[in-house]
Amino acid sequence: MQYPIVVKNLSKNYSNKAAVKNINFKINKNEILGLLGPNGCGKTTTIAMMLGLLKPTNGIVLIDGEDIEKKRIQLLHKMNFISPYIELPKKLTVKENLIVYGKLYGVKKVLLRIDYLSEKLRLTEFLDKKTGELSSGQKNRVSLAKALINDPKILFLDEPTASLDPETGDFVRTFIEKLSKEREMSILLASHNMDEVKRLCKNVLMMKDGLLIDQGTPNELIKKHGKINLEEVFLKLNRTSNEF
Amino acid sequence: MSFNRIYGLFLRHFFLIKSSLPRILDLIYWPTIQIILWGFISLFFSTYSNYYNNTLGVILTCAILYDFLFRSSISFNMLFLEEIWSRNFTNLFIAPMRISEIIISLVVTALIRTLIGLVPAILITSPLFGISILNLGIPLFFLFLSLYIFGITLGLFVSSGLLRYGPAFENIAWSSLFLLAPLGCIYYPIEILPDILQTMAKALPLVYIFEEARSILVNQYVDYTNIKNAFVLNIFYLFIGIVLFYYSFKQARKKGSLINIGE
Ligand SMILES: Nc1ncnc2c1ncn2[C@@H]1O[C@H](COP(=O)(O)OP(=O)(O)OP(=O)(O)O)[C@@H](O)[C@H]1O
Ligand SMILES: [Mg+2]
Repeated sequence: MQYPIVVKNLSKNYSNKAAVKNINFKINKNEILGLLGPNGCGKTTTIAMMLGLLKPTNGIVLIDGEDIEKKRIQLLHKMNFISPYIELPKKLTVKENLIVYGKLYGVKKVLLRIDYLSEKLRLTEFLDKKTGELSSGQKNRVSLAKALINDPKILFLDEPTASLDPETGDFVRTFIEKLSKEREMSILLASHNMDEVKRLCKNVLMMKDGLLIDQGTPNELIKKHGKINLEEVFLKLNRTSNEF
Repeated sequence: MSFNRIYGLFLRHFFLIKSSLPRILDLIYWPTIQIILWGFISLFFSTYSNYYNNTLGVILTCAILYDFLFRSSISFNMLFLEEIWSRNFTNLFIAPMRISEIIISLVVTALIRTLIGLVPAILITSPLFGISILNLGIPLFFLFLSLYIFGITLGLFVSSGLLRYGPAFENIAWSSLFLLAPLGCIYYPIEILPDILQTMAKALPLVYIFEEARSILVNQYVDYTNIKNAFVLNIFYLFIGIVLFYYSFKQARKKGSLINIGE
């Protein structure tokens, strides 16, 4: 069977720095793969290459068997992305923003799609508000709606719950979990929230300094490193040099 | 009052300026270019005080034409800058949009944005000064079209810079148009410029456009070779602008500017 996402020997060198070094992995249908690692280890860089935003120095990203470098536009139709560092125009209302992105992704019945998503994501009461006037948690759900506007089969989540209160965070996690099952999505989740990763991800990749240093199910990793939870594993892998 | 706080805020801006060549150039640039432009204008009018029998008409018409160029170019760049300022830039580039689609949509939006600004200006010149730009007749359409194409071309040049170097390049957006003002011979014939500048000016479509506008207003004579020259040059620069835009996109994908474009 063909994996929806295959990453082979992927590397990126910026002029003065190797940000990602020869990494390999695959993501299956219905799978949420966790991507963990300290700040600056290359998570966003990896995702950017998978989205065709960044040209790899080496290696290849295959989406449904096709090279993102060659079929960028065609493949972007079935992908989407959320990151706390990108936002939607603040002066547009939530609905206007969603209409714009509905058009950009060629969604057929945009308004129906918006109704559906805003109900699922509890956005109905904000639809006519300016996006800039929402709280960061509300904005976060709008970004999620934008990321789902094209019903993507492949979703990249870069710290999707970074600014959410526990209840909203839980709501979003449950939502993502259900979504991946119902829509048979392949999701890559970069996160600093270990509990979130443990809960959502069957498999986890551990990155450090641009390298993939370990991988497995959360429980395998916990056992292998003789720790009680994923957080301890993370600390062990990333604090070896200055442990006291 | 705290000296440290005042100094601290000064440093915030000083560090920014010091590390940004475009920002430094910008500071030097404006006074210089203003002096040059007004120098030539004054020189012309003090030498040939009765060159035009309808000075007001010629100056105002040319000012409107120039503003049209200025607005179309700025509109184009503003559309791009808005995306950067609102941090929406990355969203656009992960949507399945071709570069050609981005360019075309900016071209159309910029035109509408420009007309919203310009139509009122045209309308008030008539009751206020008894001047109508419509006196230019049919050729007016070609002059506008020509200016618009050149405005878009400049917009493409600057947007390429924005794509590649980030918003610090913005200042160059405004500056590029004023650099062209003295060379464009908007208010005076090309003969007033020194020889080297004349050669440079002839390589730009602007001279032909404004020469034509003046020729129609002063001599009531339409010279289509001017319009043709302007178009040929326009197509040439537009082509370069498009190629440059594609090239900058490629470079931005290498350098990572599509992900973290900022100050
Ligand atoms: N445009 C760029 N030019 C040069 N170096 C860059 C660029 N973008 C990122 N880097 C460098 O590449 C490395 C990886 O950065 P990246 O953003 O992928 O890290 P990350 O794992 O997402 O970190 P975080 O958890 O902080 O989001 C960092 O050292 C960073 O400084
Ligand atoms: Mg990151």
